[in-house]
Amino acid sequence: MAVEKLLKDEATEEKGERARMASFVGAMAIADLVKTTLGPKGMDKILQSTGRGHSVTVTNDGATILKSLHIDNPAAKVLVDISKVQDDEVGDGTTSVVVLAGELLREAEKLVNAKIHPMTIISGYRMAAECAKNALLEKVVDNKLDAEKFKADLMKIAMTTLSSKILSQDKEHFAKLAVDAVMRLKGSTNLEAIQIIKKPGGSLKDSFLDEGFILDKKIGVGQPKRIENAKILVANTAMDTDKVKIYGARVRVDSMAKVAEIEVAEKEKMREKVQKIINHGINCFVNRQLIYNFPEELFADAGVLAIEHADFDGIERLALVTGGEIASTFDNPESVKLGHCKLIEEIMIGEDKLIHFSGVEMGQACTIVLRGASPHMLDEAERSLHDALCVLSQTVNDSRVLLGGGWPEMVMAKAVDELARKTPGKRSHAIEAFSRALVAIPTTIADNAGLDSAELIAQLRAEHHKEGSTAGIDVISGSVGDMSELGISEAFKVKQAVLLSATEAAEMILRVDEIITCAPRRREDRM
Amino acid sequence: MALAFDEFGRPFIILKEQEQKTRLRGLDAQKANIASGKAVARILRTSLGPKGMDKMLQSPDGDVTITNDGATILEQMDVDNQIAKLMVELSRSQDYEIGDGTTGVVVMAGALLEQAEKLLEHGIHPIRIAEGYELASRIAFEHLEHIAHKFEFSATNIEPLIQTCMTTLSSKIVNRCKRSLAEIAVKAVLAVADLERKDVNLDLIKVEGKVGGKLEDTELIYGIVVDKDMSHPQMPKQIEDAKIAILTCPFEPPKPKTKHKVDIDTVEKFQTLRQQEQKYFDDMVQKCKDVGATLVICQWGFDDEANHLLMHRNLPAVRWVGGVELELIAIATGGRIVPRFQELTPEKLGKAGLVREKAFGTTKDRMIYIEHCANSRAVTIFIRGGNKMMIEETKRSLHDALCVARNLIRNNSIVYGGGSAEISCSVAVEAAADKYPGVEQYAIRAFADALDAIPMALAENSGLQPIETLSAVKSQQIKENNSCCGIDCNDTGTNDMREQNVFETLIGKQQQILLATQVVKMILKIDDVISPSDY
Repeated sequence: MAVEKLLKDEATEEKGERARMASFVGAMAIADLVKTTLGPKGMDKILQSTGRGHSVTVTNDGATILKSLHIDNPAAKVLVDISKVQDDEVGDGTTSVVVLAGELLREAEKLVNAKIHPMTIISGYRMAAECAKNALLEKVVDNKLDAEKFKADLMKIAMTTLSSKILSQDKEHFAKLAVDAVMRLKGSTNLEAIQIIKKPGGSLKDSFLDEGFILDKKIGVGQPKRIENAKILVANTAMDTDKVKIYGARVRVDSMAKVAEIEVAEKEKMREKVQKIINHGINCFVNRQLIYNFPEELFADAGVLAIEHADFDGIERLALVTGGEIASTFDNPESVKLGHCKLIEEIMIGEDKLIHFSGVEMGQACTIVLRGASPHMLDEAERSLHDALCVLSQTVNDSRVLLGGGWPEMVMAKAVDELARKTPGKRSHAIEAFSRALVAIPTTIADNAGLDSAELIAQLRAEHHKEGSTAGIDVISGSVGDMSELGISEAFKVKQAVLLSATEAAEMILRVDEIITCAPRRREDRM
Repeated sequence: MALAFDEFGRPFIILKEQEQKTRLRGLDAQKANIASGKAVARILRTSLGPKGMDKMLQSPDGDVTITNDGATILEQMDVDNQIAKLMVELSRSQDYEIGDGTTGVVVMAGALLEQAEKLLEHGIHPIRIAEGYELASRIAFEHLEHIAHKFEFSATNIEPLIQTCMTTLSSKIVNRCKRSLAEIAVKAVLAVADLERKDVNLDLIKVEGKVGGKLEDTELIYGIVVDKDMSHPQMPKQIEDAKIAILTCPFEPPKPKTKHKVDIDTVEKFQTLRQQEQKYFDDMVQKCKDVGATLVICQWGFDDEANHLLMHRNLPAVRWVGGVELELIAIATGGRIVPRFQELTPEKLGKAGLVREKAFGTTKDRMIYIEHCANSRAVTIFIRGGNKMMIEETKRSLHDALCVARNLIRNNSIVYGGGSAEISCSVAVEAAADKYPGVEQYAIRAFADALDAIPMALAENSGLQPIETLSAVKSQQIKENNSCCGIDCNDTGTNDMREQNVFETLIGKQQQILLATQVVKMILKIDDVISPSDY
């Protein structure tokens, strides 16, 4: 007799070989999808959202591409997840991590077909990953002590990161921007202090780093457009109608005259509040919430510059930059810390008026103004710059640096190969496979650049046979080149994260021998 | 079938709308039930042991879970069949009671059902089989006690505990760093354990996870980690020797429960009300300051004004802290949870040596660490890992390890793992079977065969020849009279589980056998299944 149905109606179950097939295929499909974006000559993708307006994104950033995909395959979701984590944790290498995991699975598939148990493959991969990490650790360069060299390192890393993005034309310009911005942070990884303002118009080259702080707001009517030696009060308070917060309070009147009285009282209250604020001895007032016309007028009368409705991040950053505190009550002016800056003025970028604070007390924060031909361009530029900033800020903390251009992969592959030769048993097949997967990354870079990858990789392998080689792929000239001369560097932290996350993800997918998909939750039909 | 005849020979209907129901009776019903029970066991069978595989589960909302934990697999499987649901319950109760061995118990029940099916075909009555199983389970239960070893450990010698936790962890994906995780689990349990009463409150161990970093970065914090940040961005990020006021009242004007209205009809009233409102905030903050608090942790939100006042008076504060976390903080810092500002006194403040905010990665994630607490009885295990699924799975694995460590503290008897206990029980049950006259003898023998299923599955999952390996080990056990011989899953070259340091808790094993027998008995007793037929 037939076995009773175990699972609910639409639930499916895949077992053994079929499950493994499904997850391999899914994971590799994802890897192949982003593969073409890898490297300096990688191509971009257009993503169109299904939401309203069908907004379009053009990007080269692996994490952004994968985030926007609607994926049904569970194994593919694992890869999307690792790419997201890579983005959150180190900011760059989001494509590499997916490609490497995909290659590891592709190799694993071959091994599984050759009847090697997944657990054996996993234990081989683990040994290989450990060995690869150690190989990298041996080769790292740390220039933390030498400020000059360290800055040069940062510059190189920034250029390398940017070279695969839309900014590659002006990579030197942007690398300098990014390095300057990160150096100002003095070791903190708080990227919030770096503000990026996007203004369409002009060309990418016109982008600049501003030492001060720019607020994308207009100055109120009739208020001074330029203030020197500004004392700034940063506030988060209601400047419309100050609500009575006591629960259940309401106004009940019985005649028009009383309405008028209360209105007067209300105005009086506001006037008092404004007066209190002015009593702080300020000449600039920035509020997070709206400022109504009436108080704005009062401020204008007192010659105070009032800026309303700054967003929360803006307020925080402004407080950080000017050294003031965010105030919400104004009863004791003597103890509130005011922010200071040398000059506030209204400036024009393109057609927009912005407020510029310069000569600020704390030098940490700064603003990068991006200019570009179209919003898509600017969005992508922002993402690329964000990647570069992330990598740089991480590098400032962990200053170990490697060469780029496929060099680390070749170093790891060599070490892993040696390990494979020494390891007895079936695991050595898995270790060998790991080294093949590592080589796939430079191969992809070369392929994407339209070069003869087989030839180049063979040359590279021969070069690396020599001790202490610094050879990598020079995509620009299409040959094997010396990476240290070309100045192509990458952060150790990024490479390590790529290696470990990819291995972890591959391991996770390999361990699965059954996929159970529950029936999708039904949307209720309202038709 | 469901027709009966009254005294005039007219049929009348007992079951309503019977054509819409399907009905299975007698042997058919039992066989159908056994088949579905077996099907569930078959799913879990491959997850058993250190070389067991994982399952990937996709929930109705599309979220993916990858796990090796029997209870989790079954819970997420969206099972429809009633008997299968019983198996799910079985695994869950093992999880609640013991925390580990959730896969084993289902595999065991599946094997018992399989044996029962054969006996049913022989024509043995299901109740007799059930009774035989009951007898056999009692024999096995006692035999386990007989072969169990006492396990000596103390707060200083925790090595044995770690070894046991490692056995649990070795079947999970985290086995790469099982040693360090086992150490973390044992230390955490010992930190909160009450060794005299032999009790451990696992609620005191908080397991937090954050994506990023690597598994090796997982750490044990003697204190609390809260996934929150300071309420005001400019508050100090680090406080030493903090005195913590733990509040469950919001920094907002009070909201009386009775409905009331304050009518404002004159200007004077309007103004008094305003002043009162300002005074409220001032009073609240002042009260906290007066008792000497240097950190305020609040379950509710703050009004903007109150927030600024706190900042202004240099009183850092954390808002929206969950109730459970609040309790843990109270336990750890020795403070009292204060529900009203009026009741705030210096004695009710909690103390912690260091409170700091820590940022992660490139995003805005911040967490607050409360360390060096007055009372270190609450600890946090902070897991890092490459992706969300990894963290979730690590959480589950650590939970298992924590449970095992707790069980050992409660009862320090252990049996050896690797299927050795099952084999030994099987031998004992087999030998005892002959003493029973009557049909039960067959059931008892079947039980012995079913016990072999676990070592068999272990061997199979490890890529060994199941029958060959099992028989070799069994004969070795009898020949050497050594109950520690088990399946050599990791290919280390020895069968002696004492040398391999593979242990399991005695109560865990006993519970497995009892629970599995109970469920099987229940399933065997069903002889009629009435269900609405498919339309």
